[in-house]
Amino acid sequence: MPVWGYTINNNNQIDFDLKDLKIFDRLSCSEPSIKLCIGCGTCAGVCSTGNYTQFSLRKIISLISRGEIYNLSEELSKCMLCGKCSLVCPRGINTRNLITNARLVLKELQIEVD
Amino acid sequence: MKFDLFVIPFLIGFNFLLLYLITKFTLWILSLTSEEKIKLRKHIFSFSLFKSLREINQEVLLHRKIFKSNLLLGYMHMSLALGWFLLILIGNLQVKFFSPYPFNPPYYPIFLKFFEPNPPSYPFDKGFNFIMDLSLLLVLSGVFLAWIKRYKSSLFGIKKPTIHTRGDKFAIITLWFIFPIRLLAESLSASIYNNGSFLTGTMGHILGSFLPAGIFLYAAWWAYSLVLGSFFLALPFSRYLHIPVEPLLIILRNAGIKAKKEINTFAQLEINACSRCGICIDACPLSSTNNTKDIQPTYFLRNVRYGIQDSNVINNCLMCGRCNTFCPVGIDSTEIRLAKRIEQNRNTSSNYDFIPINKPAKTEVLYFAGCMTHLTPSIKKSMTKILDASNISWGFLDKEGSICCGRPLLLAGQLESARALIDKNASIINSSGSKILVTSCPICYKAFKEEYKLDIEVLHHSQFILRLIEEKKIFVNKSVQSYVYHDPCELGRNSGIYSEPRKIINHSAHLINSALEKEKSLCCGGSIGNILLTSAQKMQIASEVFHEIDSEKADALITGCPLCKRTFSSVTEKPVLDIAQLVASNLIKTLGAETKGISKKKTDIEVYSRTL
Repeated sequence: MPVWGYTINNNNQIDFDLKDLKIFDRLSCSEPSIKLCIGCGTCAGVCSTGNYTQFSLRKIISLISRGEIYNLSEELSKCMLCGKCSLVCPRGINTRNLITNARLVLKELQIEVD
Repeated sequence: MKFDLFVIPFLIGFNFLLLYLITKFTLWILSLTSEEKIKLRKHIFSFSLFKSLREINQEVLLHRKIFKSNLLLGYMHMSLALGWFLLILIGNLQVKFFSPYPFNPPYYPIFLKFFEPNPPSYPFDKGFNFIMDLSLLLVLSGVFLAWIKRYKSSLFGIKKPTIHTRGDKFAIITLWFIFPIRLLAESLSASIYNNGSFLTGTMGHILGSFLPAGIFLYAAWWAYSLVLGSFFLALPFSRYLHIPVEPLLIILRNAGIKAKKEINTFAQLEINACSRCGICIDACPLSSTNNTKDIQPTYFLRNVRYGIQDSNVINNCLMCGRCNTFCPVGIDSTEIRLAKRIEQNRNTSSNYDFIPINKPAKTEVLYFAGCMTHLTPSIKKSMTKILDASNISWGFLDKEGSICCGRPLLLAGQLESARALIDKNASIINSSGSKILVTSCPICYKAFKEEYKLDIEVLHHSQFILRLIEEKKIFVNKSVQSYVYHDPCELGRNSGIYSEPRKIINHSAHLINSALEKEKSLCCGGSIGNILLTSAQKMQIASEVFHEIDSEKADALITGCPLCKRTFSSVTEKPVLDIAQLVASNLIKTLGAETKGISKKKTDIEVYSRTL
C-alpha cells in the first residue's frame, strides 16, 4: 500500500517455466532491429497512447525479450501506429513493423494467456 | 466463301480470344454494383461518352501520355497500335468495296492477298493498296523499334525495364514476328502476280529475283496464320490483355467509377489493364535511391492478377503515388495496394477506449497539430504565433497530447482500427462547432478530408496562412532569401495542393524552381506508408532525394510537412523549414490587437510591406 508514496515492487525474477521466447525468436526474424533496443524509453516518452495510458513500447520490448507475454495482445491493441517512436528511436528500431509483426505473431501463436 | 486449311490456327486463336473477351467483359459489367451500373448507363447515353471516345483515341491509339514521357517510346507504341488498327479498319473497308457478299469470314480481310492475289479492278484499289502498305510500314517501324528496345532500352528513356514472365516473353515474340511474316507473305504473293504497292511490290521484286516465290508462298501464309493465332491465344493470359481492357477502363473511369479500398470490378479492370511497360519502375523513388526494383506496380499488379501473395511486394512501398503520375494507363496502383493491405489485415482490431472525449471550446478556428507536428515543436510554435497575430479566436485541439488521425493505421492496412480512431476524432471535432479545422500535417489533412465526414471546413496550414495573408489578417515581410520548395507527397500529389505554399513563399521570400516539383516531386523516404524500410534505408533515400532537389542558390529548403522536415533535417546541415516557420519569422508584429481599428496605421504597414 503506497502510504508514503512507496510501494513494494512485483517480483521481477524470470520464471523459466513460464518464459516463452517463441515470440522474441520469431520477431527477431521478421524485424531484427528488436535486438537493438537499449531500453532508453524515448519511445515511451513521445508515445501518443502513452499520454493517456500506461502503454510503453520499452516495457513491451523488454517483456517480449524476457518471454513474459501475458496481456501482450491487449496491450498492443492500444497502439495507434503513428510512428513517433520510430522517429525518435536513437537505435533506429523500426517500431511500426515491430508492433505490427508482434501482433501477427501473437495471433499466429494464439497466445491468450491471461 | 473462300477457305484454306492454313487459316485454322488463326481461327482457333481468334475465336478463343473473342469468346474469352465477351465472357470476361460481360462478367465485369455484371459485377458492377447497381449504383455503378446507373453511372455507367448515364455516361454511355450522354455526350460525355465523346470525352471517353476522345480519350480512347488519344491514349489507346495515339499514346499521348507516352509521347510526353519519351518521343521514341511514344512513337513505338503509337505506330504499333495505330498501324495495326488501320490495317484492320482499311482491310475490312477494302473487302467491302469489291466482295460480292455483304459478310465475309473474319480471316478473309486478313489473308486477302492470299485469297485475292490478283483481284479485278475495283474503286480506289490503288489507293487502298497504298494505305495498307503504309500502315504495314508504320507497324513494322514500331516492331523494329521494339526489337531495338529489348537490347537498348535506355534509348527509349527506360533505365530499368520490366523483367517479364515466360508467358509474356512468348507473347512478345509472337507479336514481333506477326508483321514481318505478313510482309513476307504479301510480298511473295505480289512477286508472283507482279502487283502490290510501294512496300509489298518492291519487296516482292527483290525477293522474286533470288527466291522461288511459289515454293515459299504457301509456307509463309501458314506461318503468318500460326503466329497470329498464337498471339491471340496468348493475349488473354499475358500483358497484352491491356489492349482490349484499357478502352473499357477509360469508359468506366469517365463514368465516375472508382476503386474503394477493396478489389472491386474497377480495380480488377485496372489490374488487367496494366501493360507492364515498366515506366513505374523508373518513377519509383525506391528504385532510384534504394535499388529496390521488384515491388513496383508492374510487378505488384502482376502478382495480384495471377493470385501470387507476396507480402514484401505489397508492403514495401512508400505509397507516395509517384508511379501513378507517370502511368500511361492512369492506373491508381496505390489504391489497389491499399486494398491488398486491408485484405491482409482483415482480422486485426484495436481498442481505443482510453481516449477521452473532451468537447473543445467553440472557436472560429480549430488547430490540430498532429503527431508529427508534436515532434517538430518549431512548427507548432510558429502556428501559435501566426494564429495569435491574426486575431482570430482559435483553439488548440491536441495541445495536451495528440491522438493519431488514423491514416498511419489505414496505410498499414488496419482499416478497422483506423475506423475506430476516425470515429473518436470525428466526434470530438464535430462537437466543437467551429468553422475551420486547420492542420499542420498533410497526412492528417488527407485523412480529415477523405476519411472523416466532418461538418467543418478542413484546411492545411498552407491554405489557411495564404487565406490570412490574402484577407490581410496577417502581414509578412518579403525577405531577400531564396528557397526551394519540396512538395510533400500527401499534400501535393495525393491532395492536389501545389500553388498555396508557393504563393506564400513568394509573399515572404524568393522561390527557386526545382526540376523535381509538383507531381514529379520525390518522396523524402520518411513516409509512414512503408513499414518495412529500416531507418538506415530511409536516411539513404532522404539524403539522395535532398541532393536531387537542393539548389546551391537556396538558403533553405521549405516544405509543408513535419515528417518531410524531420526526415530531411537529419541528412543535411542546411536549414529545412516549414511554411509556417517561414511566415512566422517574417511576420510583421505591430498588427496585433492594439492597431486593430486604426485604419491609417494599417494602410501604412500595407504600403511598407508592399515596398519591401
